Amino acid sequence: MPSWDVVADIQLLLQFHFMQNAFVAGTLVAVLAGAAGYFVVLRGQSFAAHMLSQVGFPGAAAGVLLHVSPVLGLIAFCLAAALGIGLASGQSGRSVDAGHRSESAAVGSILAFSLGLGLLFFRLYAGSAAGIYSFLFGTILGISDRDVELTLAVATISLGALVVIGRPLVFATVDPDVAEARGVNVQLLSIAFLVVLALAVAVTVQIVGTLLIFALLVAPGASALQLTARPGRALALSIVLSLAFTWLGLALAYFTDLPVGFFITSLAFATYVVVRGVNAAATLRSGRLRFVPA
Amino acid sequence: MQQMLALDFMRNAFVTGGCIALAAGLVGYFVVLRNQVFTADALGHVAFTGSLGGLLAGLNLLVGVFGSCIAVALAIGTLGGRGRGRDVAIGTVFAWVLGVGVLFLSLYITARSAATGSLGVSVLFGSILGLQPYQVVFGSITALATCAVMLLVARPMLFLSVDPDVAVARGVPAPALTALFLVLLAVTVAESVQAVGALLIFALMVTPAATAQNLSARPWLGMALSALIAVAVVWVGLVLSFYVPYPTSFFITSLAFAAYLASLAGRQIARRLA
Repeated sequence: MPSWDVVADIQLLLQFHFMQNAFVAGTLVAVLAGAAGYFVVLRGQSFAAHMLSQVGFPGAAAGVLLHVSPVLGLIAFCLAAALGIGLASGQSGRSVDAGHRSESAAVGSILAFSLGLGLLFFRLYAGSAAGIYSFLFGTILGISDRDVELTLAVATISLGALVVIGRPLVFATVDPDVAEARGVNVQLLSIAFLVVLALAVAVTVQIVGTLLIFALLVAPGASALQLTARPGRALALSIVLSLAFTWLGLALAYFTDLPVGFFITSLAFATYVVVRGVNAAATLRSGRLRFVPA
Repeated sequence: MQQMLALDFMRNAFVTGGCIALAAGLVGYFVVLRNQVFTADALGHVAFTGSLGGLLAGLNLLVGVFGSCIAVALAIGTLGGRGRGRDVAIGTVFAWVLGVGVLFLSLYITARSAATGSLGVSVLFGSILGLQPYQVVFGSITALATCAVMLLVARPMLFLSVDPDVAVARGVPAPALTALFLVLLAVTVAESVQAVGALLIFALMVTPAATAQNLSARPWLGMALSALIAVAVVWVGLVLSFYVPYPTSFFITSLAFAAYLASLAGRQIARRLA
């Protein structure tokens, strides 16, 4: 139980090795997810994030089944799916989204199949129900030293890549035609971003699970973009929010013994609702309608 | 075959699974036609939280599933949210709904014995072999009733889905029909959750319908094909899982996906030949 003495509480929180691992991995994940999430919302690719995380589920299960790290399985499946999405949207000339009828049916079929496959892998491993839950809804218990090292490597590479492609990516997202004319390779950039997104999804699943990925990968970016339109500020805000959700969520889960996924999704949802509410109130007060991207 | 049908739980699974698949195939045809795939997905998430919330409150599993699905379907109908372009907001809401579901699950497991630990898995991934007798009766009857109502309103529903403006001009009561469809959709999702689980309802509601629409553009034939494929997928999945000790839901999702891929390939070939 927390004593409400901050220093003592933090000591209490970090006394076990698994919590140290969870906090290190969580921090790395939050920074990467917050940064990538800003671009996800800006580019309207939240659906791709959803899809990548569900395709990652059998990957995690396969990693467990083959006695390698589940993170490795996640990375392999997510990367394959990202390249698939990249190729498919390159062929049809537009990005994969939920709006189109035949596309959403195709995507739904793939998602159900991949979740069914994940279930099979877990049964083959004869794992307990807890194993499935931790990959569907996240956990604070199961992060090994090896996972932390992998997460560090993935986060470093992905953040480095984002630093390199960040500026042209914003340009290419906001005005693809002008960017193209100025010599920016829009097609290559979008595939590069999908690869970064796949890596971000793969490590984020460790903390919040396949099904709750929106809470860390989309909600912080969406809230940040509601508050400010300036790229640098929104990006920083998205990272700060994502860090806050993760740290608070981990601490609350530790002290209450309730699932971490519940706390992180609730924090993300509450923040989003408050931000939207404040925005709506400001719009009403200024007496004019303003375009607010959803 | 005789050996298989001699088992009580297999007979139950064949009867109930068949009825549910019939309803899911029929209603699913309209889900794909009306591009409401993600409403079905959202209802699946709600079903997970609703069923566990119901259990936690001491109610029957079915009360929670049906109650929450119908309530949310009507809410979606009144808010008029078809979700296009608002996927960030919707995704955030439904991630939270699932998060609450996990909370209920963990509260329920701590409140009861540890033996209920697999309960969440059966809600998420289905437990067609473990149906209780009351679920068999209730599930079969509601599924057949859903089919009957769907067939009754199929004609105006087709009209409304294909050309809403002309349909309204011809006096089709669009709001009432849309609300009725959402209730049918909610009931079907709640039934399918028992068969294949909250996460895999796509395999019964979307994949057979998408396969049927690849095979035929004619509505009545498509509807029949969709229902037939759904039933075939469930029955073959049950037979396979009797001989091979893998989860039934895995076979059902894989068979549905294989049928979908085959229909895509068939369409490509037909296009080449034409």
